[in-house]
Amino acid sequence: MFFYTLRRLLVAVPTILLLVVAAFFMIQVAPGGPFTSERPLPPEVLANIEAQYGLDQPLWKQLFDYFYNIVVHFDFGPSFVQKDRNVNEIIANGFPISLTYGTLSFLAATLVGVTLGIAAAIRHNSWIDYAAVSLGIAAQALPNFIMGPILILTFTLWLGWLPGGGWNGGQWEYLIMPVIALATSYMGSIARITRSSMLEVMNANFVRTARAKGLPSRTIIWRHAMKPTLLPVISYLGPVFVYVLTGSVFVDLYFSTGGLGQDFVNSALTRDYAVLLGVTILYGALTVIVNLLTDLAYAWFDPKIRY
Amino acid sequence: MTRTTKLALAALLSSTVLATPAAMAQTETHPETGETLAEDQTFTYRMLDDVSSLDPQIVEDVNGSDIVRNLFEGLMNQAADGTLVPGVATDYEVSDDNLTYTFTLRDDAVWSNGDPVTAGDFVFAWRRAAAPETASPYQWFVELMSIENAAAIIAGDMEPEELGVRAVDDKTFEVTLSTPLPYFPQMTTHSTTFPAPQSVIEEHGASWTQPENMVSNGAYTLSEFNPGERIVLERNENYWDNENTILDRVVALIINDENVALTRYQAGELDRTEVPAGQFPRLKEEYPEEAVSFPRLCNYYYTFNLSESGPEAFKDPNVRKALALAIDRDIITENVKAGGEPPAYTFTPEAVAGFTPPTTEMAEMTQAERDEMARELLAEAGYGEDNPLSFDMIYNTSESHEKIAVVMSQMWKQKLGVQANLANMEWKVFLDTRGQQDFEMARGAWCGDYNEASTFLDLLQSDSGYNDGKYANEEYDALLAEAKTAEDTSPLYTEAEQIIAEDMPVIPIYHYAGVYMLDSDVGNWPVDNVEQNWYAKDLYKIAE
Repeated sequence: MFFYTLRRLLVAVPTILLLVVAAFFMIQVAPGGPFTSERPLPPEVLANIEAQYGLDQPLWKQLFDYFYNIVVHFDFGPSFVQKDRNVNEIIANGFPISLTYGTLSFLAATLVGVTLGIAAAIRHNSWIDYAAVSLGIAAQALPNFIMGPILILTFTLWLGWLPGGGWNGGQWEYLIMPVIALATSYMGSIARITRSSMLEVMNANFVRTARAKGLPSRTIIWRHAMKPTLLPVISYLGPVFVYVLTGSVFVDLYFSTGGLGQDFVNSALTRDYAVLLGVTILYGALTVIVNLLTDLAYAWFDPKIRY
Repeated sequence: MTRTTKLALAALLSSTVLATPAAMAQTETHPETGETLAEDQTFTYRMLDDVSSLDPQIVEDVNGSDIVRNLFEGLMNQAADGTLVPGVATDYEVSDDNLTYTFTLRDDAVWSNGDPVTAGDFVFAWRRAAAPETASPYQWFVELMSIENAAAIIAGDMEPEELGVRAVDDKTFEVTLSTPLPYFPQMTTHSTTFPAPQSVIEEHGASWTQPENMVSNGAYTLSEFNPGERIVLERNENYWDNENTILDRVVALIINDENVALTRYQAGELDRTEVPAGQFPRLKEEYPEEAVSFPRLCNYYYTFNLSESGPEAFKDPNVRKALALAIDRDIITENVKAGGEPPAYTFTPEAVAGFTPPTTEMAEMTQAERDEMARELLAEAGYGEDNPLSFDMIYNTSESHEKIAVVMSQMWKQKLGVQANLANMEWKVFLDTRGQQDFEMARGAWCGDYNEASTFLDLLQSDSGYNDGKYANEEYDALLAEAKTAEDTSPLYTEAEQIIAEDMPVIPIYHYAGVYMLDSDVGNWPVDNVEQNWYAKDLYKIAE
């Protein structure tokens, strides 16, 4: 297990390096730059600004300096657009916000989704099953960009219960709508996967044997059926966790949470190279780590993978 | 309990009961209008995006300038109608050759940490704005102000210390210009010219604008700055005119989506937000008191590429005129924008101060006459059924720009048989493409940097950086050069507008309007300030 983890980590480093280099050059290919503006800056002003940010250096030098500053000073550079802030500050400010409501959405989607799925499978073809399946399908058909407007119109304009956006230090009333908007469709998928996986397991030979042995249903479900049921769910949850953190762009913009998704999109639109690279590295690293954790969890659940 | 204590208690009770409403009433009416003021003096408004900076010398966006204007105070301010009123300077004198301005600073102006605001703070700030190492995108503004040696300092040929600014003493600030500039005092209301606290900047570097570090000299101080979410300003007790400031707090909420902003306005979370394009008539009917529209200092136009890379057809002024004539601007302003925008027949908006743009020939015609003339001109130029005119037009991605472009192309198609191929582009790609003259016809828009016609007319000078169509007319250039120092600029500007109307290097479509939902309890919003430079210290909230 230890060597397995180590090997995976060693592969991760060149992956992220490659990602950074590719992103670095791809950004440069996009037309326009951070200082392209409605009124073109006079050449000497542009030269002063580019010199200030080191953009007058050859590309290889810029890339080298970029890595050097990260490795030696853990400094991801200044933002070219939000001129009072640097990338470290932007990430330190936005990531905890994305992480907070992302994690909450993830937990909500998983808990509700798995519960619904199991309930549906255990009471197969009953009204519980039908209700859970309908709910799951409805939820899946409601991505966050549809849920956002529905929630705001309902809870802010109509009922007047919740503020229509903002963060305010993460107070609970500001969290509810972003969490629901982000969680809903994943919850639907998780419920569906859990249900079909559970149904399959409940029809498997070892469950029939357990039944024949006269074990009570509860023991069969919890002790024998649960682990194999959750395997496909876990392989789905890994990517979902990355999605709720990185794919929260819409939620950030729509609910003005101040999360990192906003910076990700804006930095691409404004050609804020340093911020875009910084966030890309973070998201890349996160993807690699979460994939690793998923595989480890998988190995723990299923000995066939471990050995 | 003795009788005296009882009496004393009764007296105390009655006096409290009586005194409280009296004291409240005293603080609760506006000293001039007599309106009852709300207890909570907080003004909350929607901001589209994060600010570029809160550093007065570096900030470049409108949102950021609005915040900075409330945090800092420059030499002069603008009144609600846009006219100049004293700020940190009580008055100024101009030398006979119009090259030296001497500002007298008020004695009671202090920073939020209690230090006096001195002429040295202005000297520091202005040098800082011009210095190459500050890397301010508004360096050019110092050059635009014609301050002595500004150009050489920006180019790195001179030290910032050689800029034409001087602290005669702590309360006397002197500026030397290289050429006379009639509207120079107006430019001192711009954030680039606000003072900066040298010691604080030297101590904290780039992070001096964080709430815990910032020291400012305006009516408000920075209390919260949550990027992507909100910015909160609180009353500055040290401000020299704090006594007359009514609003206690200013909250800017960053809301990217204008429809969400409207919903949140309707839910009572905001006092001001922009009205999404096309929704003004409906909102005006539903909220007649709150939906407001007033002229702004911005234009919206399409520019022809007249450079080498532009199409041959556009080199013919008759073609350009025909295309301009065939556009029914009333349909665009009334049905597409529908926010009270005035249709445009001149480049300079009518809202500009000190100059009334001429009524051009085109403006006086009916649309039927314009269409007729357009057909004639196009036929004269040799385009018709057997030789149809076709070109590409580009605009940056936006629902509103798209609608307008579609309407324009339809008008050309139906009236003139002209084929315009539309292409939208992401903002930076659009700027890059337009800036490199890699287009045939492109959208353009401009909001005045200061309230004077040259802020618009200069854009079409042949050496202007914003002249993306590469229009070049010597007569036009000469007129504007002359206007820089002329006593009376109006005849020169009128002539310049007539040249544009004749040459038609651009097609003016409409002039902007400020179209807001503005809560009726917001007092004194400067609807007459066409630049929309608003000062929170002049606003107040009325009790509902």
